[in-house]
Amino acid sequence: MPDPIVNDLTFQAATVNGSGSQSSNSVLMRAIFHLGIPVAPKNIFPSNIEGLPTWFQIRVSPEGYMARKGDTDVLVALNPSTWAADLKGVRPGAAVIHDATYSTAGAREDVHYYPVPFSQLAKTKIENDKLRKQLLNMIYVGVVAKLLDIPLEAIDHGLRRHFQSKPKAVQVNLDAVQVGMDYWDENLTKKDAYRLQPMTGKTDGLILVEGNQAVALGCLMGGCTVAAWYPITPSSSVCEYLGGYAERFRVDEKTGEKRIAIVQAEDELAAIGMAIGAGWAGARAMTSTSGPGISLMAEFAGLSYYAEIPVVIFDIQRIGPSTGLPTRTSQADLGFVYNLSHGDTHHPILLPGTVQECYEFARDAFDLADRFQTAVFVLSDLDLGMNLWMTKPFPYPERPFDRGKVLSAERIEELKGDWGRYRDVDGDGVGYRTLPGTEHPLAGYFTRGSGHDENARYTESGEVYARNMDRLARKFETIRATLPEPAVDGSSSKVGIIAFGSTVNAIEEARERLRDGGLEVDFLRVRAVPLNEAVTGFVRDHERLYVVEMNRDGQLYDLLRLHVPADLVGRLSSIRRYDGQPIPADAITRPILELEAVPAS
Amino acid sequence: MSVTLNRIGLARDAYKGAATTLCAGCGHNSITNHLIKALYEMGIEPHRLAKMSGIGCSSKTPAYFVDSAHGFNGVHGRMPSLTTGAKLADRQLVMLGVSGDGDTASIGLGQYMHLIRRNLDCTYIVEDNGTYGLTKGQFSATADVGSVQKRGTVNTYEPIDLCTLAITLGGTFVARSFSGDGKQLVPLLKAAIAHRGVAVLDVVSPCVTFNDHDGSTKSYEWVKEHEEAILDPSFIPYYEEVLVDYEPGTTTDVRLHDGSHLVLRKLHDTDHDPTDRSAALRVIEEGHRTKQLVTGLLYIEPEADDFSTRERLPERPLRDLTEKELRLTREQFGEVMSELA
Repeated sequence: MPDPIVNDLTFQAATVNGSGSQSSNSVLMRAIFHLGIPVAPKNIFPSNIEGLPTWFQIRVSPEGYMARKGDTDVLVALNPSTWAADLKGVRPGAAVIHDATYSTAGAREDVHYYPVPFSQLAKTKIENDKLRKQLLNMIYVGVVAKLLDIPLEAIDHGLRRHFQSKPKAVQVNLDAVQVGMDYWDENLTKKDAYRLQPMTGKTDGLILVEGNQAVALGCLMGGCTVAAWYPITPSSSVCEYLGGYAERFRVDEKTGEKRIAIVQAEDELAAIGMAIGAGWAGARAMTSTSGPGISLMAEFAGLSYYAEIPVVIFDIQRIGPSTGLPTRTSQADLGFVYNLSHGDTHHPILLPGTVQECYEFARDAFDLADRFQTAVFVLSDLDLGMNLWMTKPFPYPERPFDRGKVLSAERIEELKGDWGRYRDVDGDGVGYRTLPGTEHPLAGYFTRGSGHDENARYTESGEVYARNMDRLARKFETIRATLPEPAVDGSSSKVGIIAFGSTVNAIEEARERLRDGGLEVDFLRVRAVPLNEAVTGFVRDHERLYVVEMNRDGQLYDLLRLHVPADLVGRLSSIRRYDGQPIPADAITRPILELEAVPAS
Repeated sequence: MSVTLNRIGLARDAYKGAATTLCAGCGHNSITNHLIKALYEMGIEPHRLAKMSGIGCSSKTPAYFVDSAHGFNGVHGRMPSLTTGAKLADRQLVMLGVSGDGDTASIGLGQYMHLIRRNLDCTYIVEDNGTYGLTKGQFSATADVGSVQKRGTVNTYEPIDLCTLAITLGGTFVARSFSGDGKQLVPLLKAAIAHRGVAVLDVVSPCVTFNDHDGSTKSYEWVKEHEEAILDPSFIPYYEEVLVDYEPGTTTDVRLHDGSHLVLRKLHDTDHDPTDRSAALRVIEEGHRTKQLVTGLLYIEPEADDFSTRERLPERPLRDLTEKELRLTREQFGEVMSELA
């Protein structure tokens, strides 16, 4: 028996989409988390309802790393079509649980095989005809529990947690788990090194939440009252979670009336149109989309920018161009969204890197949209949005809403009606608006996407147009100064990393590995664009900077090169990953080590 | 000189807007005037009115009436979604959408259809001239087969009948009219505004510059010769008593959701029942067959639930709700957090 490797492994289940393995994986993950062991689950799924291969990965580490790790240590192989490739992808010494019908003749000899006749067991030991297919997957939960030493109590907890809303399902699933455990006891012996042991101190008080769920909570706490969306992976769950919470918390107990409208629109054009219409009329409104949906929203985004209408737009990024890989993650919308729409257009974008930021940025985006009367984008991604992440419980908001510059009928009376929608009264580029329904004969104005003057009147004057565009540019400077500052860690090194979004986890891990090897690397995480002075300062303070991102073209790298003074541009190098999988730490450490080994000329 | 004030104390001038920039004689200008008359006579509060439009000649017109109301000239073909959003934010707003045949029957067809199937409470006027005026005279999707473009091209494609479409999609108020027929259009506009739910008015409105020549089926002359009005409408608002006695059997009285009445007097032997959906489709189809422009109220369903009602929205505008009404309480928030543990 090799020396035990405790609480440090990557588990991967390779199954067929639609077979019900999600529940099994969720139960295992929750059981492990229940033991106080940090978990980082990743669902790698196809764009398919049934039949294509799917994988679920649980990274377990005593340190609580949440980035994906490529190599599998414990494999459950239940998909004959990927069996060969799955087997190839495991590390030497790995534990391989597989259907007994799969051939291991001539296969790798550096791993430990645990053949289990899953179909046979399901057929003979599971009485429930209807659920046999699903319950077969619970058998592997039992086998894995035995393999890794997960106590039945923890599995039981996982089952109860997973089937929170249908407690009747617990027993039948537990029975199937028991089938796996019994099979292990009677037929298999532990040969590999991997095991789990209860821990303390790492997961205390933590919750598990998906980024899209966090966004939905942020919308609720941010006072969103109109949400319009069109189903698209990976953003659909934002509005589905929102709908679920709204039914619980936004329905009047007496009248049944809802304090939110959530509309499944006919397409993304209508979704953003509804949100902008609602924003115009003064509601806190949002839409949520991904991939092709954000392309469709381009025209309306320009209207929001130019006519100055608040709206919050969530883009849960997936791989493009075009349909791309609809169920794979990416950070490739940054450049496009920043300038979304024709003409001179740019938008503030919030860039959450954690689920807590998904919650906070979603919540605060409504304040920013109202304050600056423009579209505010929140760029999340599939990995952040659809996977579960460990986090501290979210803080309750302490600030009231910031509804921005809205003139009431009384205020218009005080001004004797002397107001203009697009006048820059305060020097910050942000005008005052009125809402339809304001009871004053001088409250009304005409909103248009065509040329308009300070008083919102139609004009084709080039001079007035340019003056208005200059004011919009001034407004953007106000926005720049107000957006979340970058998160900076470390100031001692000459080497720095700049990144945004969900790569933060892999970067933190990579920095530890680099530190182990004697290379201290500082880290600036951009949390919003437009970029600000703090970013320039970080570049100035470091000799060599690595810009890490998950897209082919180095989109943040491009923005940085445009942002920093020309003499600093040469300090920036680009590290890119675009295979649709969350970036692992070694995809960062390796290139940095290579580039650091060659002194810059 | 004395000025006649309406029931909320406003003069007709209060319903005027900026000077039109459309061509002299454009049918749209007539519709604007009919709208001003309707809104003034109904005593619509300008601050409650939201004038919505897309892009095109028709979509410019909201600037030409009720200057003091809020207006929104959005993007091409997307007036329905903007209108939907604004109505969700404040269901007390009187939503008045003005669109054209290009804006509705082509680029905006999808949004038009979905607005109707949702029965959004709004008035949707299509100023229908069968042509793209601003881009100089291309055919639109409502141009009839055989209609001739100014430069001689003959349209060979089937027109989209926006009324037929609206009726089949569950539209709850569908009418067709003519910009030159104020006697019919004004009461229809009033009834449309009073109606709770989507009210579609396809108003043939000749384009004097690009589609008013011989061979066009959207010219003044053609419409005057071929208009076949089916019922003569009178609108009696909820705040007025019905004072006129109608000879039995000569009228249909439709009571609208707000208590107003639309009294429809028979004009011919034809006896159209505007609450009969199949009859409405038949009368339109018959008009196509005989090359007549059938105008008047085609279909009405006055008591169907509108979108905001189906969405269970409160009367109080959503946009007025406060932190206290919108945020979870600390206890509720704590409950959600502990569920995630």
